[in-house]
Amino acid sequence: MALTKAAMAEAIYNELGINRREAKELIELFFETVSTQLEKGQEVKLSGFGNFCLRDKTARPGRNPKTGEEVMVSARRVVTFKPSQKLRTQVGEFNGEAE
Amino acid sequence: MTRSELIQAMTRSQDKFESPDVDSVVDVILDQMVDSLSQGQRVEVRGFGSFALRYREARKGRNPKTGESVELNSKYVPHFKPGKGLKERVDIK
Repeated sequence: MALTKAAMAEAIYNELGINRREAKELIELFFETVSTQLEKGQEVKLSGFGNFCLRDKTARPGRNPKTGEEVMVSARRVVTFKPSQKLRTQVGEFNGEAE
Repeated sequence: MTRSELIQAMTRSQDKFESPDVDSVVDVILDQMVDSLSQGQRVEVRGFGSFALRYREARKGRNPKTGESVELNSKYVPHFKPGKGLKERVDIK
């Protein structure tokens, strides 16, 4: 099962005693604030977790995978995530079981 | 924007919680995400995106300082896939 906002709200309630509804609002606010920054073209660096970076891609020729037709992929800005060393190390200990 | 600036911004955006509470909430959110991923569990946030693990095969690497060859074990690395909403918001209009 995946971690969702509902499960995060449950953890906030259990650990901090903040009720689930308010916890949910703060979680929404967290992701909204990160999104707004990225939308403004500003990167977000969360120490111990990772950095959300922005990359500007130039236009390039591509192909419609269904029709094989050649189309131009327009210039765009994309978000990338660079995990922190701490997150990499923790995840690196996962042995491939569970899920 | 850094973690502390994010907490300041979140504190200004609502009037129920002061920054120490917001700080604790952000801590729990990030800890939950790290814990889930380290157990091989995905993180899914609608509109924002999802985090999952990607498998990396074992390979021979090199110590860039000494040029010495080293064995690198297979491992998992975290990967973020931005959601549709975030992709559209971030793109240059």
